[in-house]
Amino acid sequence: MNYFPDEVLEHVFDFITSHKDRNSVSLVCKSWYKIERYSRRRVFIGNCYSISPERLIARFPGLKSLTLKGKPHFADFNLVPHDWGGFVYPWIKALAKSRIGLEELRLKRMVVSDESLELLSKSFVNFKSLVLVSCEGFTTDGLAAIAANCRFLRELDLQENEVDDHRGHWLSCFPESCTSLISLNFACLRGEVNLGALERLVSRSPNLKSLRLNRAVPLDTLQKLLMRAPQLVDLGIGSYVHDPFSEVYNKLKIAFQRCKSIRSLSGFLEVAPHCMSAIYPICGNLTFLNLSYAPGLHGNKLMKLIQHCRKLQRLWILDCIGDKGLGVVALTCKELQELRVFPSDPFGAGNAAVTEEGLVLVSAGCPKLNSLLYFCQQMTNAALITVAKNCPNFIRFRLCILDPIKPDPVTNQPLDEGFGAIVQSCKGLKRLSLSGLLTDQVFLYIGMYAEQLEMLSIAFAADSDKGMLYVLNGCKKLRKLEIRDCPFGDAALLEDVGKYETMRSLWMSSCEVTLGGCKSVAEKMPSLNVEIIDECEQMEFNLDDKQKVDKMYLYRTLVGHRKDAPEYVSIL
Amino acid sequence: MEVGVKMGMKGGGDEVGGKEKEKMGYEETELRLGLPGDSEVVRKRDFSHTVDLKLNLISTSPTDDEDKNIVPSHLDPAKPPPAKAQVVGWPPVRSFRKNMLATQKSSGSEDSGEKAAFVKVSMDGAPYLRKVDLRMYKTYQQLSDALAKMFSSFTIGNCGSQGLLKDFMNESKLMDLLNGSDYVPTYEDKDGDWMLVGDVPWEMFIESCKRLRIMKGTEAIGLG
Repeated sequence: MNYFPDEVLEHVFDFITSHKDRNSVSLVCKSWYKIERYSRRRVFIGNCYSISPERLIARFPGLKSLTLKGKPHFADFNLVPHDWGGFVYPWIKALAKSRIGLEELRLKRMVVSDESLELLSKSFVNFKSLVLVSCEGFTTDGLAAIAANCRFLRELDLQENEVDDHRGHWLSCFPESCTSLISLNFACLRGEVNLGALERLVSRSPNLKSLRLNRAVPLDTLQKLLMRAPQLVDLGIGSYVHDPFSEVYNKLKIAFQRCKSIRSLSGFLEVAPHCMSAIYPICGNLTFLNLSYAPGLHGNKLMKLIQHCRKLQRLWILDCIGDKGLGVVALTCKELQELRVFPSDPFGAGNAAVTEEGLVLVSAGCPKLNSLLYFCQQMTNAALITVAKNCPNFIRFRLCILDPIKPDPVTNQPLDEGFGAIVQSCKGLKRLSLSGLLTDQVFLYIGMYAEQLEMLSIAFAADSDKGMLYVLNGCKKLRKLEIRDCPFGDAALLEDVGKYETMRSLWMSSCEVTLGGCKSVAEKMPSLNVEIIDECEQMEFNLDDKQKVDKMYLYRTLVGHRKDAPEYVSIL
Repeated sequence: MEVGVKMGMKGGGDEVGGKEKEKMGYEETELRLGLPGDSEVVRKRDFSHTVDLKLNLISTSPTDDEDKNIVPSHLDPAKPPPAKAQVVGWPPVRSFRKNMLATQKSSGSEDSGEKAAFVKVSMDGAPYLRKVDLRMYKTYQQLSDALAKMFSSFTIGNCGSQGLLKDFMNESKLMDLLNGSDYVPTYEDKDGDWMLVGDVPWEMFIESCKRLRIMKGTEAIGLG
């Protein structure tokens, strides 16, 4: 197979950037495997327990960028107990010991300690980019270490992390010599920041393109920052409260007029709606608008803002926009591809302000729509069928009816037909989340039509094992399956255990699977870790195989049982 | 956990200098009224609490399938059906987002609910009222300056040719009027009494002020 010298092949491989494609390339033959592994710069590990840092380092000595994901998705919703796992420290320690010149680390749902951050900051001379999404376990002291020690830092991006804010002067820890920042996002921090240090930092960062502030940054500081950084492409506003008749507000208007490059706007963590007119000059260029943390912005002021945003491709909004507001979106945002409507009352008293009507309006007005996350009061089959017809291009379709077993309120029927229409029409569908009253029938449709489906989330659905079996048998590309509160038992679980090796993971909680069933899977498939999460420690006292398992998480792995599991997790 | 009907105010008080027609916004979005103490309820439901709270879902949908997925409720059947009981991990919203929204609600960053500081301002002789958000200001002087600017926009050109308006033609004259003895700023407090502005500390004033009225001095006898 070697008609070309290695360097030529390596050059060709440089053009292959997708992880999937590079993985395929490495399987062709031994010599391609070898060339590929030495030239690989970026590695994505979807489950940190599927492989060990040592094996990663051994295979890819040229590694520059690592992406790691830790806890299962349902951890976002408090279904995974604290300290279950997902610690990044062993990875950083191993990488630090090796010769790997790490430049970029991206983590999701992992536990990150200050110690890890400090070690990271001191171990890699060329470290450039740290992205933490939904992580926890660190404080602003860890951030101070990153700021102080990473001399060539370009990106510090903190998204929705639980950070213990010591109100220290971490921002002041960026040395005067640090002028390389391209992206700084600290919107999730709750504490005060040193505003003077922030202004100086922005002043000496000519390449700064993305800046997302936290709530503690007031409007007058925002104005000063914008004056110093008119080249910004992505802006996250912290506090946006001021007297519209004041001098500062006038200055802010001028500042916004100078910012001709802003394409992405978010934040408004604290907002005075009557100050929104200053934003209008940049609205016409926006492609991404995230108002999902701005409950203070609603009604006419919100609609007026949206009417200025004709080029929007992605919109994240709260449900207080209402069906009427979504109608405005449908009329205005013809380029819309992604819509996320979050509940403004997440404690779910069941009073979401949007219904199926808003979704239908958007589907009719925005034919390019391909990604949806929609929390709503209710949904009908008719609406879903219409949406399926209007938008056959959905890649991601996540519907969350606040009452998870609510039927079609018009016909009182389950929503099987509606979701069936979605999977049948949207041939490229990769991710689906279901809700509402659903029987086994919807799973028959999913198994039949959802050929590209990679991730499926199910809650409070189905009548019997058949539902799960339809999915496991039909969806050939399934990688992640997460199920809660469904009547699926051992028969479904054990039907085809080989399937789980083709998937990243399976989560089942509050279902009907028993300890015996789980043990059976573990026995037959040594390449899987089958974890039983038992917070109430029932298993200690009652090891009866017939005992129902509260939470089971199984995943394929090359490195066997993990050693860092807490006491309440048994790996079978 | 909410019992009975829970409603939240939307679109309330988000207009400064708003003409009353903007109340149309209330019809366009759902009208919800926030019950006092709502924010407290929200605050209680913090991270650890939701983990411990394993209440079961109450379904209000009259279908056959409901029994299969629902464990019978532990709640007192004698209570009127609550809006929805709380289920762990439902709705599937990231804890970060839940906590953030709870914080925003409790610190009153929304312009609605009982912490709303929007009050109507009337000035004797003006053809229409204005609204200010008292939380925009930190001192009486700032408020006074803002009111002066606000009412200085009452020019003949904007409002027609009523003779009443000649008093409002320029800002400095207005400031004199406000600062002098001709006009007296007063406010209506929680008890419904009309009080003179300036007697109590600013914070206390914001809490108790329901509306402002800039009275002609001749009418203000008995307040000073």
